[in-house]
Amino acid sequence: MLDYETLRVIWWALLGVLLIGIAVMDGFDLGSAILLPIVGRSDMERRIVINTVGPVWEGNQVWLILGGGAIFAAWPLLYAVAFSGFYLAMLLLLLSLILRPVGFKFRSKLQGTRWRNVWDGALFIGGLVPALVYGVAFGNALQGVPFRFDDTLRMTYEGSLFDLFNPFALLCALVSVAMIVMHGATWLSIKTEAPVRNRARRAAAVAGVVLIVLFLAGGVWAGHIDGYAIGHFAGTNAPSNPLAKQVTRAAGHLLVNYRAYPWMLAAPIMGLAAAGWSLLLSLMKRATVAAFVGSGIASAAVIATAGLSLFPFLLPSSADPGSSLTVWDASSSETTLGVMLAVTVVFLPIVMIYTGWVYRVLRGPVTAASIEKDPHSAY
Amino acid sequence: MDVVELSRLQFALTAMYHFLFVPLTLGLSVILAVMESIYVTTGRTIWRDMVKFWGTLFGINFAMGVATGITMEFQFGTNWAYYSHYVGDVFGAPLAIEGIVAFFLEATFVGLFFFGWERLSRVQHLIVTALLALGTNLSALWILIANGWMQYPVGAKFNLATMRMEVTDFAAVVFNPVAQDKFVHTVSACYVVGSMFVLSISAFYLLRGRHRGLAIRSMTVAASFGLASALSVVVLGDESGYTAGLNQKMKIAAIEADWETEPAPAAFNLIALPDETAHANSFAIRIPWVLGIIDTRSIDTKVPGIKQLVEVAAKRIRSGMIAYGAIPELRAHPDDPALRKNFDDHVADLGYALLLKKFTPDPAHATDAQIEAASWYTVPAVTALFWSFHVMVGLGLYFIALFAAMFYLASARRLERYRAVLWVCLWSLPLPWLAAELGWYVAEGGRQPWTIDGVLPTFLSASSVSASNVWLSLSAFVIFYSALAVVDAVLMVRTVRIGPAPSHAPLAASSGPIVKTA
Repeated sequence: MLDYETLRVIWWALLGVLLIGIAVMDGFDLGSAILLPIVGRSDMERRIVINTVGPVWEGNQVWLILGGGAIFAAWPLLYAVAFSGFYLAMLLLLLSLILRPVGFKFRSKLQGTRWRNVWDGALFIGGLVPALVYGVAFGNALQGVPFRFDDTLRMTYEGSLFDLFNPFALLCALVSVAMIVMHGATWLSIKTEAPVRNRARRAAAVAGVVLIVLFLAGGVWAGHIDGYAIGHFAGTNAPSNPLAKQVTRAAGHLLVNYRAYPWMLAAPIMGLAAAGWSLLLSLMKRATVAAFVGSGIASAAVIATAGLSLFPFLLPSSADPGSSLTVWDASSSETTLGVMLAVTVVFLPIVMIYTGWVYRVLRGPVTAASIEKDPHSAY
Repeated sequence: MDVVELSRLQFALTAMYHFLFVPLTLGLSVILAVMESIYVTTGRTIWRDMVKFWGTLFGINFAMGVATGITMEFQFGTNWAYYSHYVGDVFGAPLAIEGIVAFFLEATFVGLFFFGWERLSRVQHLIVTALLALGTNLSALWILIANGWMQYPVGAKFNLATMRMEVTDFAAVVFNPVAQDKFVHTVSACYVVGSMFVLSISAFYLLRGRHRGLAIRSMTVAASFGLASALSVVVLGDESGYTAGLNQKMKIAAIEADWETEPAPAAFNLIALPDETAHANSFAIRIPWVLGIIDTRSIDTKVPGIKQLVEVAAKRIRSGMIAYGAIPELRAHPDDPALRKNFDDHVADLGYALLLKKFTPDPAHATDAQIEAASWYTVPAVTALFWSFHVMVGLGLYFIALFAAMFYLASARRLERYRAVLWVCLWSLPLPWLAAELGWYVAEGGRQPWTIDGVLPTFLSASSVSASNVWLSLSAFVIFYSALAVVDAVLMVRTVRIGPAPSHAPLAASSGPIVKTA
């Protein structure tokens, strides 16, 4: 059987898989919603955009729900600290996510222009705010956030909502939005026809350039902000208690892993290369599916870069570095990690198979004609 | 109000709001699968029209269910951080499994249910509908396994090194008898909600003489399915009373307002006016024997009353204090076998010592008065529980009668004969929701003062966030949800008024007037 240390590393990787699942699967429908006012100039064009994601966004969002559940099950302290610490940011996220299912479902139930504009606005907010909050969360995790534990592991958080929106976190938020918009735009260039498709391609190219520039800027900046390093600790197989270690804090620590393990540089390099490749394809108006795959790989690589920079930290504490959550002291018990791994190994492939089948059934572009053919089912 | 009270209020409101939509999703998904099966086997298009019409209402409701469900998945972390840490090792797993096993299935196929009519063969579409129904039901199963563990925390043990509960036997968590009973009881209640929804709206059409073919067939399905479900709710609700009697004796005593231990077989309080300060009922109408039979399946086992259970709680508090007091010593000498044994002997009652934190900062050295106060603190809100439970049971019996009557009328082909009965069906629409919400109040309110029965008190479970932040989130949810509730209701009513889409209702075995659509 797998030992505790291995299970923890696997669950760290699976946490990455889930976050990448959110970015790649939910990302393109969030991005499409952000692009709604930009690429959809008429009601029918906006309806086309909405219906490209209408049948699938619900399943995509389960990556987020599963992400929440899996963090709860595998990294309960991370779930407790991050969600209660980022209380108001989480509230913003939840309120914007609440708008999405009703926005999709209710928008085209009535004809009125004002009615539809309100829901188009709701869908736009429901796309943009989550993209921003995800980025802000990553930006703060990379810098560490102000929390500490008492000896019963009750956590107190010492920051405010406004502290979350610091300059580096805002840069990360923009990276997140650019990445999600690019991915949405390449999706729309597969699923729509001109003129929406042409606008989507232009948006993909612009977002791609922004992503590359900001991601590079973030990498340079990360070298100058404080990172964290573990000193003495209880060991990789010890019971999960974050108070049993010493942590030091110094500038440049975020890049230490890349010096120690140069193969990790594959992540940021792949992020830049995939974004560049995808944006070129969009500019040349070619190979829409390949451009979509490219923006997906770019999203995955950006998230992997953040995770590898932090490893073995999950969420460092700036107020009391010793309270930081790491892979070695914030996980569930060995039993729970093992059971959850077995469930994941069995069911995740099944999920992927039937999700693939659904996308295959729904293949082909969404057009005005296809919506008018079945106006009662279409959104 | 402090953070704990505000967080409780927020959780209660958002959960009860979520559960306005969940039971209809669950009930209707199964009814849709039944109707579509009939369509596929008989090939009669009116059954497809029925699936599409009820499916439209299902879709509006489903969106609200998803919108309100997201909040639930994240609220444990945002508002109940200490709970999340303390029991996440056990409680998080069923939530995550719900996501990967059930909600993925449900959410992936719900899109194809609406968008797949032209792209799939009949059988393929039926499979999609069936998988959607399966997903919603599996979803309920895993959520109720999680909730069942809050009521009856089996298969887990406190670990001093990590300061939390950890899984010792995952199979025991999954096959928790309380969870299994709750699952059957709850999904049956959801099927009653779905059946009543179809029954009431069909009655509305029959009263107006519209869409008669669709309404009569829908009503027949709803009456049969509703009768089976209503019987199942009550019979298996009784089963869950029995399993609750095994471990949550205080909840049983409270919902029955039994202050004193009854000689066996215990009598059942049909009506009671509990006096919670005098610890007695100021008035009661009692039926001999009934309670003893429900709770113990025997006529010679005693059902303990609240006062006796308070004494039991006091004993467990004293035992828990030993475990609590041993913690600092064990930290100093982790390898001392005598200390360890002493701790292990009393750790099962550690949660009871935590109750003392409400009354003293130092539970290890609590006074007799503090122990007395904490033991009475284990008594939940008797009056509210008694009435919620009794109204719920009364409604359950009413549903059996109504569905049995409708089943008879459907079999005798007399559904349209008695207009008064159709009015009764129409006005009964909100009642299953009322029963379901009362049921959740009994389940969750009856567990107080615990979040995890006997393990973690509610007042220790909340996050260390500021009250102003929780005020803000609570207000935001109330405003958002209220606005969406209005929109949802408007769209529902409008969809019902318009009726089935005209392109799909040409044969309409109906002689009613042709309906204009917008």
